[in-house]
Amino acid sequence: MFVTRAIRLGSKATSSVSEELRVIAPSKLAIEDVSKSFKTGTGVVQALDRVSLQVGEGEFICLVGASGCGKTTMLNIIAGLEKPDSGTVRADGKPVTGPGRERLVMFQEPALFPWLNVFGNVLFGLKLKPNLSKKNRHDVAKYYLELVGLSRFERANIHELSGGMKQRVSLARALAPNPRVLLMDEPFAALDALTREQLYGDIQKIWKARRKTIVFVTHNVREAACLGDRVLLFSPHPGRIREEFPVELPRPRDINSVDLAAHATQITKALKSLGQAEVTVAR
Amino acid sequence: MKRFLLAAAFFAVLLLLWEAAFRARIWSPVLLPSPWQVASYLKNAAVDGTLAKATVITMRRLLAGYLIGLVVGLPLGLLTARWKLFRDTIGTMALGLQTLPSVCWVPLALLWFGQTEAAMLFVVVMGTLWSVVIATETGVRNVPPIYRRAALTMGSKRLHMWFKVILPAALPFIVSGMKQGWAFAWRSLMAAEIFVTILTGFGLGQLLHYGRELSAMDQVIAIMLVIVVIGLLADKIFFSPIETFLHRRWGTSQA
Repeated sequence: MFVTRAIRLGSKATSSVSEELRVIAPSKLAIEDVSKSFKTGTGVVQALDRVSLQVGEGEFICLVGASGCGKTTMLNIIAGLEKPDSGTVRADGKPVTGPGRERLVMFQEPALFPWLNVFGNVLFGLKLKPNLSKKNRHDVAKYYLELVGLSRFERANIHELSGGMKQRVSLARALAPNPRVLLMDEPFAALDALTREQLYGDIQKIWKARRKTIVFVTHNVREAACLGDRVLLFSPHPGRIREEFPVELPRPRDINSVDLAAHATQITKALKSLGQAEVTVAR
Repeated sequence: MKRFLLAAAFFAVLLLLWEAAFRARIWSPVLLPSPWQVASYLKNAAVDGTLAKATVITMRRLLAGYLIGLVVGLPLGLLTARWKLFRDTIGTMALGLQTLPSVCWVPLALLWFGQTEAAMLFVVVMGTLWSVVIATETGVRNVPPIYRRAALTMGSKRLHMWFKVILPAALPFIVSGMKQGWAFAWRSLMAAEIFVTILTGFGLGQLLHYGRELSAMDQVIAIMLVIVVIGLLADKIFFSPIETFLHRRWGTSQA
């Protein structure tokens, strides 16, 4: 439903807006030997230990693991918000040296700005893009609000929205500058099950329509199996990728389907055996 | 409407109690004039222009000092929030001087500047400045880091970050700091006007002072009322709309 509406709106827009809304090639990510440690009150935590990872153009990968396994750190490093102690991150062959609008992040808590209304939030990133007239920025913002189904709420204040709506606005804000990579850090963790299920459908449609490379962090195995082309299992202390599960189910996937449950069970089993290993090592 | 009537009734009862106390002759009428005497002083002062002139002079001093306090205080607050060096130096100084009652600046101002407008301006600026610095610093340091991170990924940096993210995010704190600064400026100015008796302008504080010298209690009470009403009006006209807007945007309680 979103998609058809979106395409109609796109073709009606002026040339520059359609240029802005053009589906651009997603990025290829190459993460090589990335290590990162943090000093905490109790000592040094090795959040990531020589992690390597390739993400193909337009691929949807999910990073799964217990909390504290370094998956969020990995996401922040790809975003350029944190620097690795060693190793490199490349997007389309170019090293990532800092944050940039090619790789936008959707955070777990909606990091929407309370001093702006819904429309102002979606507009924020667009205003930072040069060579875009005011009218075109507005058209682009409207397009993405329509894409996430919130056109009616463009004048609403942030606190007036439900949790699910807030995350939809966050998604629209992250999509608006047309990034090549979308980094999602447990974006649905704080939502109720029903809202989450709707968003699984929406994100798959939007991913198909807008073609992005998506790195999605979650601790919910079923969610990962529902969304990812590949699910990567992280283990903590030190943070490493332990196993990789390709998910070759047709899309759009339904979170409640039996095939999906089978995949999820397999991944959960692996996750649990990792936990066991951790416990034995600790003893 | 009901709220208005209740409030009106409250103040009517206060006036009645005052009138009753006057009629009971518990205190000498020199010490406690009746509400009518105060009202008639106010009427005369309003008609002969004394009141308007004094109010204008006082407001001019107040606004000048307050604006200087804001213009200097806001950037200083930003600096203290941004750099440790400023926090350890100016921040500490602001914290200390904020606790100093502004009337304590009067002796120093009198010795430095004599009986001049500059002395009064100095006292008002000192009364305003430090609380604005502290409020701005607190506001900026309370901005959730996630706003900064989100803005960073969208390409915001340096000045854009300060003006489009940090300052708006800190606005609720800054506005309450401005409000506190206003209250402090008002207090300092009254202290200054009572102690600094100069001939370049007769403000409300000076009217108050001469009311005491002449034992004109009706004048003293009338001027106090005027000062209270101006404070209330400033709050209702200037700060209330801003606060209402902030409450609506942020979704904080409408207290």
